[in-house]
Amino acid sequence: MKQQIIVSGIGGQGVLFLTRVIAQVAVNRQIPVLTSETHGMAQRGGTVLSTIKIGDFSSPLIRTGQADLGLLLWDANLEVHKSLLRDNGTIIMNSSNNGDYISIDAAKIARDLGNAVLLNLVLLGAAIKARAIDFSAAECEVAIEQLAPAKFVQQNLKAFHQGLSC
Amino acid sequence: MENKIELLMGNEAIGQGLLEAGCQVAAAYPGTPSTEVVQAVIDRRDQAAEPLHLEWSVNEKIAFEVALAGSYTGKRSVAVMKQVGLNVAADPFMRTAYLGVKGGMLTIVADDPGPHSSQNEQDTRLFCLQARVPVIDPASPAEAKELIAPAFDLSEKYEMNVVLRPTTRICHSRQNVALGEPVVLERNANFVQDTSRWSATPAFLPALHKKLNHNLEAIAVEAAWQPRLTAGDNSQPRTALVASGVVYSNLVDLLEELGLSNTIDLYQVLMPYPLSPSFTQTLHEKYDRILVLEETYPVIELQLAHPGVVGKQNGGVVREGELLPDVIHEALAAFLDLEPPAEKPDERRGQRPSLCPGCSHRSAFYSIKKCFPKGIFPSDIGCYTLGLNLGAVHTVHCMGACISQGAGFYQSYQQDDGDFPTVVVTIGDSTFFHAGIPALINAVIQQARIIVVILDNATTAMTGGQPVPHMGVAAGGKVTKAVTIEPLVQASGVDFIKTCDPYDNVKFETLLKQADDYIRSDGGGVAVLIAQHGCVMDPAVRKAQAIDLVTINAKCIGCRICVDKFECPALYMDEENKVAVVDQDRCIGCSACIPVCPVDAIIKEEKS
Repeated sequence: MKQQIIVSGIGGQGVLFLTRVIAQVAVNRQIPVLTSETHGMAQRGGTVLSTIKIGDFSSPLIRTGQADLGLLLWDANLEVHKSLLRDNGTIIMNSSNNGDYISIDAAKIARDLGNAVLLNLVLLGAAIKARAIDFSAAECEVAIEQLAPAKFVQQNLKAFHQGLSC
Repeated sequence: MENKIELLMGNEAIGQGLLEAGCQVAAAYPGTPSTEVVQAVIDRRDQAAEPLHLEWSVNEKIAFEVALAGSYTGKRSVAVMKQVGLNVAADPFMRTAYLGVKGGMLTIVADDPGPHSSQNEQDTRLFCLQARVPVIDPASPAEAKELIAPAFDLSEKYEMNVVLRPTTRICHSRQNVALGEPVVLERNANFVQDTSRWSATPAFLPALHKKLNHNLEAIAVEAAWQPRLTAGDNSQPRTALVASGVVYSNLVDLLEELGLSNTIDLYQVLMPYPLSPSFTQTLHEKYDRILVLEETYPVIELQLAHPGVVGKQNGGVVREGELLPDVIHEALAAFLDLEPPAEKPDERRGQRPSLCPGCSHRSAFYSIKKCFPKGIFPSDIGCYTLGLNLGAVHTVHCMGACISQGAGFYQSYQQDDGDFPTVVVTIGDSTFFHAGIPALINAVIQQARIIVVILDNATTAMTGGQPVPHMGVAAGGKVTKAVTIEPLVQASGVDFIKTCDPYDNVKFETLLKQADDYIRSDGGGVAVLIAQHGCVMDPAVRKAQAIDLVTINAKCIGCRICVDKFECPALYMDEENKVAVVDQDRCIGCSACIPVCPVDAIIKEEKS
């Protein structure tokens, strides 16, 4: 398995957590993985980008036109980051609009669950459902249970399942 | 724990490596991208096999000196900082090169090519060349961890401080990393007096300098630290690629994607200074053309002095910013005469960062700007740099500079005709302790007439909430003595000191005006306002303050003041209907925006 993924959003949306969950699944499968993340000032509500490279890679960074999959938590970032994706790359987008991508109103689903921040895992659920990442739902659940603080595990799993089932 | 694999951030991998190598003293001042190194040691301190002293020091100079003395007692120690932190620690760092260490000492200095979260792109490897200190440039989180124990060994063999220089893309990358058991060194503190070293006067320094030069020559030929060759198949004769740090990793992936792996001799430089003389000689003899890829300054290039180098000095490689895979692709394509990469679309800027919804700094800045529309506003390093967005920050330089710059502005204006604009300096609590106190004393004794607003949010917010000296809590939640700000300010000679929560805009603006009257009065001087409100990233702060349902009603006239001038990310314009709207996903219900509206259209009700 070799896959390059970008996760794009704004600071505070849970881009880092989503990145870690995906990378953790790879670790659990004993596949090499590298990620890069945005920290520091940009985390204060600015545009943030994570990259994930699963498989035999050396560097965590992704070149223009090389990403297989884009998970977009903030639709305005499409114009900023789409150049990283392959021509036939898959985009899964948190958006209430339709476009040239797989669209899911993850923010609304998360809000209905009681917390807009859960949209990251709703989006992951949608990505697994669309078979955009070759991970099983059960593998993702294990990673979520490993990484989420105990009192938020159930809420996080619920968000993930909502994404899986819509 | 044998063979256990964990997903670790580069900084966590380094922290884990420090524990496994038997490091017993770790001191740091937080700064992106270095912060999580010591945080990781704190989080894993229970795994330490031997006693471990951890501290968030007041600044980097202090962190370095604490770790240095730890090494003098024979124990392994580390000081951790970001690249500009090394400027603060430069004084002890430079002298340590001559005097050396006893127990292994590492200085971990995280560089920030880009930069992503720094005031410059300075290269610690070049700093080390000037300081004459060996420096290691790891290419991945796992490699950074692997190199820690050998780096301590090297430090102990030559009794020299050794620098490990990760960059942002190492620090903030995650990778599957193998964990090991901490070694047990069983060292008791044993400081052996040696005045010819530890308090060397000029008389001893020529000999120490000579020893330093001798050590550097020996380190440069150490077998374990020689550049690593991945040989090509001779399809590109007399041509080589040389890279270090994460740039090497970027290059490896790029070569593979282009189908060029193992077609050209490729060297990874682990230790850019002191550079191996046999490596330099090999390059001079075996190759006519060499592409050198390194971040950020041409450190390897300068030492190679090879006429066939394509790099930063002859324009073959971009000199500014990160050597991202796309940038390397362009340089490599030009060097090997490959098809150039497709034209990249114009870079688009994403959303700019801003102070968090409910951040009390926003309220303070809004009031400052409102009270003194013609003021001069020096500010400093931290979240509050983002006061830029509100037009309430005019200068940002380096830690603590705002108070001295504010005083300098005053001196320069007042000497013309005695008149001066109101200078309002803003400085965070952690920055105030770090480098603000000497500057405040200086402003007082030089009789500057300025207003200093200490933005006290009770934490080091920008780097993720490390403890500050006035809260009585040290690294890892340890209870300690609190050194409070107000008496410090008073002892610095300030006679006008007031404290206020900037959420209370009426009171805060009244105090600002009183402060302006004071600095302009006979016998006036420095006025200090302490704007006190906890960081809203702290759940305890959020829990303790009122949470209202804030909405905007039909009275809104679409003046945009709340959106543009107050600039809360939870407020946006509905451009179609020309009214402001509250984004309930982001609003924390602090109600701080209510006084900003000129027509009282922002309203609150208690949240059920």
